[in-house]
Amino acid sequence: MTDNITPNQDPAPAHDPAKGAVVLEVRDLSVDFGVDKKWVPAAIGLNYEVRAGEVLAIVGESGSGKSASSMALLGLLPSNSRVSGSVRLSGKELLGANAANIREVRGKDVAVIFQEPMTALNPVYTVGAQIVETVRLHNEVSPAQAKERALRMLELVELPDPEKAFRSYPHQLSGGQRQRAMIAQSLSCDPKLLIADEPTTALDVTVQAEILDLMRNLRNKLDSAIVLITHDMGVVADLADRIAVMRQGLIVETGTAEQVFRNPRHEYTQALLAAVPHLGQGGAEAGEEVDVTAALAAATHAELESVDPEELVRRERENAAALAAAAAAERPQGEPVLELTDVAIEYPKQGRVPAFRAVEGANLMIYPGQVVGLVGESGSGKTTIGRAAVGLLPVAAGTMRVVGQDISAAKKNGKQLHQVRRHIGMVFQDPSSSLNPRLPIGESIGEPMFLAGEAKGSGLQKRIEALLDQVELPRSYRNRYPHELSGGQKQRVGIARALSLKPKLMVADEPTSALDVSVQAKVLELFQNLQKDLGFACLFVTHDLAVVDVLADRICVMQRGRIVEQGTRDQILRNPQVPYTQRLLAAVPLPDPEKQRERRELRAQLLASGVE
Amino acid sequence: MIQYILRRLLQIIPVFIGTTLLVYFMVFALPGDPIRALFGDRPPSEAVIAQLRQQYNLDQPFWVQYGLFLKNLFTFNLGVDFTGQPIAASLGRIFPVTVMLAVEALIIQTVFGVTFGLIAGLRKGKIFDATVLVASLVVIAIPTFVLGFVLQLLIGVQLGWAKPTVGANADWGNLILPATVLGLVSFAYVLRLTRASVIENMNADYVRTATAKGLSRPRVVVTHILRNSMIPVITYLGASLGGLMGGAIVTESIFNVPGVGQKLFQAVIRSEGPTVVAIVSVLVLVFVIANLLVDLLYAWLDPRIRYEN
Repeated sequence: MTDNITPNQDPAPAHDPAKGAVVLEVRDLSVDFGVDKKWVPAAIGLNYEVRAGEVLAIVGESGSGKSASSMALLGLLPSNSRVSGSVRLSGKELLGANAANIREVRGKDVAVIFQEPMTALNPVYTVGAQIVETVRLHNEVSPAQAKERALRMLELVELPDPEKAFRSYPHQLSGGQRQRAMIAQSLSCDPKLLIADEPTTALDVTVQAEILDLMRNLRNKLDSAIVLITHDMGVVADLADRIAVMRQGLIVETGTAEQVFRNPRHEYTQALLAAVPHLGQGGAEAGEEVDVTAALAAATHAELESVDPEELVRRERENAAALAAAAAAERPQGEPVLELTDVAIEYPKQGRVPAFRAVEGANLMIYPGQVVGLVGESGSGKTTIGRAAVGLLPVAAGTMRVVGQDISAAKKNGKQLHQVRRHIGMVFQDPSSSLNPRLPIGESIGEPMFLAGEAKGSGLQKRIEALLDQVELPRSYRNRYPHELSGGQKQRVGIARALSLKPKLMVADEPTSALDVSVQAKVLELFQNLQKDLGFACLFVTHDLAVVDVLADRICVMQRGRIVEQGTRDQILRNPQVPYTQRLLAAVPLPDPEKQRERRELRAQLLASGVE
Repeated sequence: MIQYILRRLLQIIPVFIGTTLLVYFMVFALPGDPIRALFGDRPPSEAVIAQLRQQYNLDQPFWVQYGLFLKNLFTFNLGVDFTGQPIAASLGRIFPVTVMLAVEALIIQTVFGVTFGLIAGLRKGKIFDATVLVASLVVIAIPTFVLGFVLQLLIGVQLGWAKPTVGANADWGNLILPATVLGLVSFAYVLRLTRASVIENMNADYVRTATAKGLSRPRVVVTHILRNSMIPVITYLGASLGGLMGGAIVTESIFNVPGVGQKLFQAVIRSEGPTVVAIVSVLVLVFVIANLLVDLLYAWLDPRIRYEN
């Protein structure tokens, strides 16, 4: 066991990717999957190399072959696959090597970090036991030495209490902690190459930023080569030295991060970069971009090394001017559609499990035609508010008025709630499971109207067709079943169903988080247009600040069951006051390496001055 | 944890009272007079009958009979059956035999069921898998008495590999044939459950992680796939234990095993309330405790299941 990992080392010298030795060399790598007795290509003739201390990002949308090609490096593909070409690790050929040799390489020379920290660790063994298993597999060490090693790795990945983490089962750790444990396991045998398959996709944005920081530090300390597989351009901008863009099994463009972001040559790369919603870019007027970095700098009186002070002052001033202009343009409002006054919401007691108060003291107003974005990380209570607004959860304290009616005292499934629900439409997170798989989509869309006695017979059919037109789906789709539709199309059906009773209030719970970036962009655009045309008010629940930024007039930021800050989009983005909001904004990576460097420095300052 | 076990043990009380009451009532409600039936075609004098009825409390109303039974039970005095033998003594004779039979059957069905299920799951869609699936279906479809007689004839009589009947001196060796027959049906279910569970876990992310760590295939299978696949199997095994203990009537008759099944059958025929209820009470206890053990095994197998709040 070489000891090139010590938690307290000097920061690595400014590193130069061109200097390291080539660790991984991939030539003509092709992967095919056998489907229905035919070979379907997943990756075609890939060529790339990664040097020590370098991060190569492989970017692409789902189905581009980025994961399959990377799993092929270690022979981790299912048995219905076929791999050809050459993969050399420090000059040693991996493809076609015998099983024992490949096992030697796995975990020791090449380690993998998987996407889902929830499921990638075995739930029935402690984290410590799983790391010890890896260490002892590849090193001749005693159990005590292996344990010591495991504890050191857990310390290296900055887990607050390594001893406790060692003894914990995966489910006892949070998502971020689990991913750290996973990384600790991957690094436990000093791999030459680390393959990170969407390492932060399942995590909250602030946790994602922490994991990315961790990976950057480790890269500098360990001098491993890293292959980063992701669909998130922000993550790429934050970490990558070089980028390979994949589409339909082919690498369409490679280059340094600088080149690809500044000067994308292939049209797909350009389209991909354009589709990434990034914070500060959207907004009702869709005018100029909000300089969130400058806003944060102003709010926290930070000075950045990477930005010229005068330049920063100029940007801050521009920002303040825009905020003032936006404030002047405030519109008059009518009777609120949704009104929460000091609302507390509880998940009721179930058997011996006591009631859990998920939201406390929430005040919130939504006026007709307004879109309010409710933002927070997992467990912040944002979805809880959305559910309570539809009467799915009881209000434990305070009053909640929906469309003028107080529903806080309404009986569960009583007549009053029934009445109120006619004015609310709801769009759910997962379009696949929120549509009945045995109903043609036309019936799914028409069901609310039929049940409400709104329309029948040919009248109903006409309304269904009109709704399909509105969500830009062909009328002929009405007799199709959900499994025949793509994710984006299913979510359009979900929106059509929510619109069918012409609701005054729409509650949308993470409607785009399950979709690919380019699909998400289209669905959001549709939603935005519909909202403008039909003028419904909307409570838009999401974890993605960039999505809220595109849609919302007002933004509410939630943390641990409380609304910590709310205001117009401009107020929140241009002048965030609460430290949590600032941290949240600073954690969103920008799809631009240079701007992201500024943002990162700012975030480091925020955390350093950090009051929790 | 201890609190949980205590709570579960306390739950035995209502379950126990409920089942014994129900069984007692059913025996009570059986048509015919057990005393008269005892004497067959030559009825004794009315006086003798009345005297016997009084001796066995049969002249009392149902609630009194049941109350007296409970009282006797808690003073560990199970009384005598209609042939005059103490019930406690005959229980002491028959239960060890049945426990031996059930445990042997349980071991057979677990060892073979899990092994075959695991191999079939790992080779999903291959010839071994298909063969085992069809064979298990055949075993499920054939009634126990057919299987019992066929195996008795084949292995016991013609091949002479095992003793065809057990008789008075039951031991592990001569119980092997009835235990196999008894375990065969559950074996098929254990096999299918294991297979389904293995197939589900085989593609889990943590199995891929284990492979990516460089573990050899056998280690991945045993430490990561098999252990995670055992939960549904354990559930089924716990539930099947009750069936093995009480439902062995057919098997015990075929192989002449002097166990609970035979005794229970005779007692029901004779409407012997106290004997039936005494046997059932013990079975209830066994069943409840077996299920408690299963629940505790869960927590050991899967740390996500925890019983304290």
